[in-house]
Amino acid sequence: MNKPFAITLDVGSSLANKTGSWRTERPEYVDRLPPCNTACPAGENIQGWLYHAEGGDYERAWRALVEDNPLPAIMGRVCYHPCEGACNRALHDAPVGINSVERFLGDEALKQGWAFEPPAGASGKRVLVIGAGPSGLSAACHLRRFGHAVKIVEAGPLAGGMMRFGIPKYRLPRDVLDGEVQRILDLGVELELGRKVTDIRAEMAAGKFDAAFLAVGAHIAKRAYIPAGSAARMLDAVSVLRDMEGADRPMLGRRVVVYGGGNTALDVARTARRLGASEAIIVYRRNREKMPAHDFEVEEALQEGVMIKWLSTIRHMADAGTLTVEKMALDDKGFPQPTGEFETLEADSLVLALGQDVDLSLLDGVPGLEIRDGVVAVGPDMMTGYPGIFAGGDMVPSERTVTVAVGHGKKAARYIHGWLCGNPYRPGPKHEPAAFGNLNLWYYSDAPKTVRPMLDVARRSSTFDEVVRGLDETNALFEARRCLSCGNCFECDNCYGVCPDNAIIKLGPGQRYEINTDYCKGCGICVEECPCGAMRMVPEKI
Amino acid sequence: MTQQVIKFYQTGTFTVGNRLLDESQRSVQANMQRTNSLNSGHRACQGCGEALGARYAIDAAMRATGNRLIAVNATGCLEVFSTPYPESSWQIPWIHSLFGNAAAVASGIAAALRVRGQDDVRVIAQGGDGGTTDIGFGCLSGMFERNDDVLYVCYDNEAYMNTGVQRSSATPPTARTATTMAVGEEPGNPFGTGKNVPLIAMAHHVPYVATATVANLRDLEYKVTKAMAIRGARYIHVHVPCPLGWGSDPALTIRIARLAVESGLFPLFEAEHGEVTARTSIRRPVPVVEYLKLQKRFAHLFAAGAEARLARIQAIADRNIAHFGLLAAEAAP
Repeated sequence: MNKPFAITLDVGSSLANKTGSWRTERPEYVDRLPPCNTACPAGENIQGWLYHAEGGDYERAWRALVEDNPLPAIMGRVCYHPCEGACNRALHDAPVGINSVERFLGDEALKQGWAFEPPAGASGKRVLVIGAGPSGLSAACHLRRFGHAVKIVEAGPLAGGMMRFGIPKYRLPRDVLDGEVQRILDLGVELELGRKVTDIRAEMAAGKFDAAFLAVGAHIAKRAYIPAGSAARMLDAVSVLRDMEGADRPMLGRRVVVYGGGNTALDVARTARRLGASEAIIVYRRNREKMPAHDFEVEEALQEGVMIKWLSTIRHMADAGTLTVEKMALDDKGFPQPTGEFETLEADSLVLALGQDVDLSLLDGVPGLEIRDGVVAVGPDMMTGYPGIFAGGDMVPSERTVTVAVGHGKKAARYIHGWLCGNPYRPGPKHEPAAFGNLNLWYYSDAPKTVRPMLDVARRSSTFDEVVRGLDETNALFEARRCLSCGNCFECDNCYGVCPDNAIIKLGPGQRYEINTDYCKGCGICVEECPCGAMRMVPEKI
Repeated sequence: MTQQVIKFYQTGTFTVGNRLLDESQRSVQANMQRTNSLNSGHRACQGCGEALGARYAIDAAMRATGNRLIAVNATGCLEVFSTPYPESSWQIPWIHSLFGNAAAVASGIAAALRVRGQDDVRVIAQGGDGGTTDIGFGCLSGMFERNDDVLYVCYDNEAYMNTGVQRSSATPPTARTATTMAVGEEPGNPFGTGKNVPLIAMAHHVPYVATATVANLRDLEYKVTKAMAIRGARYIHVHVPCPLGWGSDPALTIRIARLAVESGLFPLFEAEHGEVTARTSIRRPVPVVEYLKLQKRFAHLFAAGAEARLARIQAIADRNIAHFGLLAAEAAP
């Protein structure tokens, strides 16, 4: 007891006082599912790869991206980006230009020659993929990375499927397509071109395949009965677009009428303009609101001088190229009904773009299959009614976009892998959604969306140059950094800084944080001030 | 026309840290090696704005002085919750004497250091609004007037919270406290009372005066750092919400402090030698009701018949905005 006058106790630190006992609620870190990821038909972890792009580590971003989607440069051009439609930032200013960043990463990868990680080992299993479209390529890539031997058999002369024979060059340049296909083949995927498989079971038996993934697409144009003179020139959209890839371009004439209201109809009309047609008119039986084509494509087509006749059907085509068109009116239920009013339209050719059917002949005689509405029914595991035969893409019930097809390929690959290993794939539980209300927007800088430059209209209607250009590195970085990182910690240090009790432990770059429950009083400031909604309060067990 | 590439960092400097920024541009609070001057285990209420403000300010001063710092504390919440004998949360040299003499004790320490020739050790005095604007005001004015080499930091929670929420001369009009009940003709603290100590400090023509808030960490750290680079008497007035005394949700401490700034009720500015030299613009303007409605001490303003009193508070905010030029467009010279 050698203490100064009137001092009886040793000096101590307040650390002896565990204020955590005051708490009735505790904060915890969560990962919520951002709306972009939820919306992506290919199941990309968009927030995840944007996180790496934000830091300027484009290769890591690209590697995170191709985990789910092996065709980013293609997707960055042709995807209808439902992610951007779902983006929380849309409620604040404008959605993050996810699609343009994806394209930047895809192009960067082609430029830098980044390759996929080779498969870890060989499983000894063989998988046959029929069709080298987006779905088949995606499945082949994922299956190969699981270590299986993969062979693709493609009926067409080149790989790509509808990406080559359906999507015009001005939307998807062929060097980009070739580059991304080659990268998949470089993984050791075998590709056989120009042979149509007619009997799937015989093919599997002959090649000793353990499983098959069918992705033959939908290439047979639907027809409508239109009485026509014998000299009338009537074509279908699928063959017009396919012929664009050949040496001889289709002869459409100066006045081209396209019948249909989907994206394919627009592709044909825009292609006709580029081939020199002075008039390209789309005839569609309903109105713009009901049109299945995407708004931006309609907009781009109108800019290029494509004309659209709404609420009209074609009744007859005479030899001289005169079309008889009947005006329609929408009834109470929104269905078009004939009005009895007719008019005529001059056309050198009529192109039907009324949708496509699937050629299912290779499945003849396979037991247990169910064909509904011209497509093959598959289970949630993408397997058809015949064990070991899986299917995806346009030949199963779907929205028929490249992105959906790529998603099917990934999903099927996972289930095929599980099936081959005797260890069925089970998707993990989904995180709760990261809603707009979870965000604290105060903390984000204001930043408008970067718009991708567009090719001049004059050049667009005369050449097949790509219409929408890419972002450069500064723009892409800016765009990536607009991401709000909804529901996933991006290490902004807010929780660490705003705690009045120093009860957050910062673990260092990439390690995130921990809560020191010895001292956390449960005030909830950290949760309130978390910009991205990656924390929540939960009642303390008493 | 010259073009400048503006770098964009997702959250810029609004968040405490930002992994995209260069290490040297990050805040003191983002640093894993920050002093934590006011350590865990203190007895402040949940969501205490003062505890937060004190750590922000002293940690920044520690960095600015290379950890050569002595703090003098007035009586008040900050002293009571941090240092119940014999424990202390302070991890720096720290002294407490009386309620009203913090500025005088700090002046004395500064004088002693000068006599000993230790000009590398700096002195901070700190206290709540009661110890600063009322009880310690004479000593504070003397410290200013003699231009003693002390930074005085006032954590303003707008009443005597430690003793049970009694009114101080920093209590805003209409606020309910234990001594200004929300009853009668003029419920809460009457209009036309109180004093503005930052403006009084400026009237002493001291080298540096600033206001700051726990809602704007970067601004607060910048001002403390700047103050520590100046010799002579300096004053920083930090707005710190008090969930207990204000009747607010502890989780909303920072949001409420932010709304005080964004509504114009708490202007952020800097002054040197008696002249305002800079102000922090309002980023997303809000009406004062957004700030008031989150606090039970103002609940009576939302009863029928209180419209005129609400309008008077809005008028105070509008006057601040005009007087200090707080909107971005008005801030331009």
